[in-house]
Amino acid sequence: MSHTSNRTISDAVTAETIATSGSIAPEAVARYAIGLGDDALILAQRLGEWIAHAPELEEDVALGNIALDQLGHARSFLSYASSAWEKTEDDLAYFRDESEFRNRQLFEQPNGDFAQTIARQLVASLYFQALYNALCQSTDQTLAAIAAKAIKEVDYHVDHSVQWLMRLGLGTEFSRERMQHGLNSVWAFVAELFSNDPLTANLEGIAVDPQTLQEEFDRLVKKAIAEAGLTVPTVPAARGGGRAGIHTEFLGPLLAEMQVLARAHPGATW
Amino acid sequence: MSGTKTAITDESSLDEAGAARFAELLANDQRVEPTDWMPEGYRKTLIRQISQHAHSEIIGMQPEGNWITRAPSLKRKAILMAKVQDEAGHGLYLYSAAQTLGIDRETMFEQLITGAAKYSSIFNYPTPTWADMGSIGWLVDGAAICNQVPLCRASYGPYGRAMVRICKEESFHQRQGFEILLHLMRGTEAQRAMAQESVNRWYAPALMMFGPPDDDSPNSRQSMDWNIKRFSNDELRQRFVDMLVPQAEILGVTLPDPHIKWNEERGHFDFGELDWAEFHEVLAGNGPANTIRVARRRQAHEDGAWVREAARAYADARMTEKIAS
Repeated sequence: MSHTSNRTISDAVTAETIATSGSIAPEAVARYAIGLGDDALILAQRLGEWIAHAPELEEDVALGNIALDQLGHARSFLSYASSAWEKTEDDLAYFRDESEFRNRQLFEQPNGDFAQTIARQLVASLYFQALYNALCQSTDQTLAAIAAKAIKEVDYHVDHSVQWLMRLGLGTEFSRERMQHGLNSVWAFVAELFSNDPLTANLEGIAVDPQTLQEEFDRLVKKAIAEAGLTVPTVPAARGGGRAGIHTEFLGPLLAEMQVLARAHPGATW
Repeated sequence: MSGTKTAITDESSLDEAGAARFAELLANDQRVEPTDWMPEGYRKTLIRQISQHAHSEIIGMQPEGNWITRAPSLKRKAILMAKVQDEAGHGLYLYSAAQTLGIDRETMFEQLITGAAKYSSIFNYPTPTWADMGSIGWLVDGAAICNQVPLCRASYGPYGRAMVRICKEESFHQRQGFEILLHLMRGTEAQRAMAQESVNRWYAPALMMFGPPDDDSPNSRQSMDWNIKRFSNDELRQRFVDMLVPQAEILGVTLPDPHIKWNEERGHFDFGELDWAEFHEVLAGNGPANTIRVARRRQAHEDGAWVREAARAYADARMTEKIAS
C-alpha cells in the first residue's frame, strides 16, 4: 500500500495541530490546498443537509460520519492553506465570495434523491481515494500527512457508496431506475475532476496531476457500475472551471446559508 | 418474548415461579433480563418509556440539525454534526432495547409518525438562534442527564446498559453546550444578548422535562416500585436547579426566575412556580413545533421507503443465492 508510510505523523494531524504547528505553507502550495479543502468542505456541507432526513437511522449515522470525515479533511487543508496569509480556516470558509471558491463543480451539485447523493458520493469517494493515495507521496510533509490520514476514512466511504450502488442497482425495478437516473445526473461533472488543474502548475512532486488519476478511477467505477447492472452514462461533459472560480448556480445559495451567521458578526469568535 | 410455555407445564405455576423470581430480583436490586418472566404492566411501561426515549432522540435531531449548515465556525459545525449523529445512535440503541421486549422498530416508527406516541415535549420548541445550540446542550442535555443517570441502575438490563453509554455521551454534550454559551458570554454585546435571550426561552421548558409535580404524577409510584425510576420528578428537578445556579454564575447569565434563592434550612435553592398549563398544552400537541417535527419525520420515512424496500429486496436475493449455492 502506498499510503502507509506517513501513518505515524498522520494520526496526529488535525486542523488544530496544523494551526498551532507554526508550519507555513508556501503560497503556491496554499492555493493548491484551498482547492482540495474546498472540494471536501462543499461536499461536507451538502452531506450535512441529509442529517435527520435519511431513509433510515443507520444512514443518518453513516452520512453524518462521512460528512464529518470530509469536514475534517477540509479543515486540515484550509488550516494549512490559511497559514500562508496569517489567516484561519474560518477566514477562508466564511469570508470568501463565490468566485473565490476553488471546488470542482461536482461537489456543489444538489443532493437530489438518495440515489443521486449515492451517485455523487461514488464518484467523489473513488476520486478522493485515487487522489489521496497519490498525495501520500507528496514531498510536502503536511499535505502528505493529511492525505495519509484521510485515505483510511475514504476507503470506508468507497465501501459505503459501492454497497448502496449494488443495493439500489439490483434491488427493485424502481430503485434501479433511480440509481441510473442518479448516475446520469452527476456524470456531466466527472470529466472536470480529471482535467488539467491550473493550481498544480510548478508544484511537481508536491501536487498531484489529476490527469494521472483517471485510468484507475475509470477502471474501478466501470467495474462497480457493471456489477450493479447499470450503464456508465454517456453525457456531454459540463464546461467545468471550478478551480478557476467558475461555478454552477447551486454554489451561491449553499454559501449564503453556510456563511450567514458568521458574516452577521464579523470579528466575533464562537 | 415472555417465558416459553409448553403443553405439559402448568401455566399458572410457571407464572407463580416467575413472579417470585421477579420479586426476588427487584428486592435484591438485580437486573431483569429479556428472558425472565415479567408482569405485563412492567413490560408495557418499559416499552412505552424506552420507545418514547428513543423517539425523543430522533425528534431531537431536528432542532439542532437546523443549525448544522449555518454553524458559525468549522469547529462548531464538526461538533454539532457529531452530536446530532450521537443522537441518531442513541435512538438506535434504545429502539434495540425496546425490541427485546417484543415490539419491532417498524411498529414504534409507525407510532411516532402517526402522532400516536409521545416524545419529550422540549423538542417542540424551535431553535431560532445559534445560542439555542448552547442552551440545548447546557439546559436540555443537563436536565436529561439528571433524569438519565439514575436510569443506568434501572431494573431492566438492556435499558440500564444502554443508558450507561448514552449518559457518557450526554455529559460531553452538556459540556459543549456550556462552552458555546461561555464563548458567547465572553464575546460581543450582540453575542451576549443572544445567549441571554436563548436561556430565557429554554430555562422553564427544561425544568418541565422532569415531568409534572409529584402530586400530579400518577405513574411514578409504580415505576419506583419496579426499580425503573429511582427519584421523584420534584427531587430531580431540585437537583437540577441546585446544579444550574452556580453554573449560571460562571457563565454570567441570569436565570429567568426572580424567586431563585438559597434556602439555608432546606440546603437547596428555592425557585418559582412553573407554568404547568403551558406544559400540558405542548404535551397535548399544541407546542410551537409539534406538527412540523412529526411531519418532517414522516416525510423522511416516506421518502426513504423505496430505498429500504430496495435494500430488503437485495438482501433477500442474496440470501436466496446463498441457500441455492
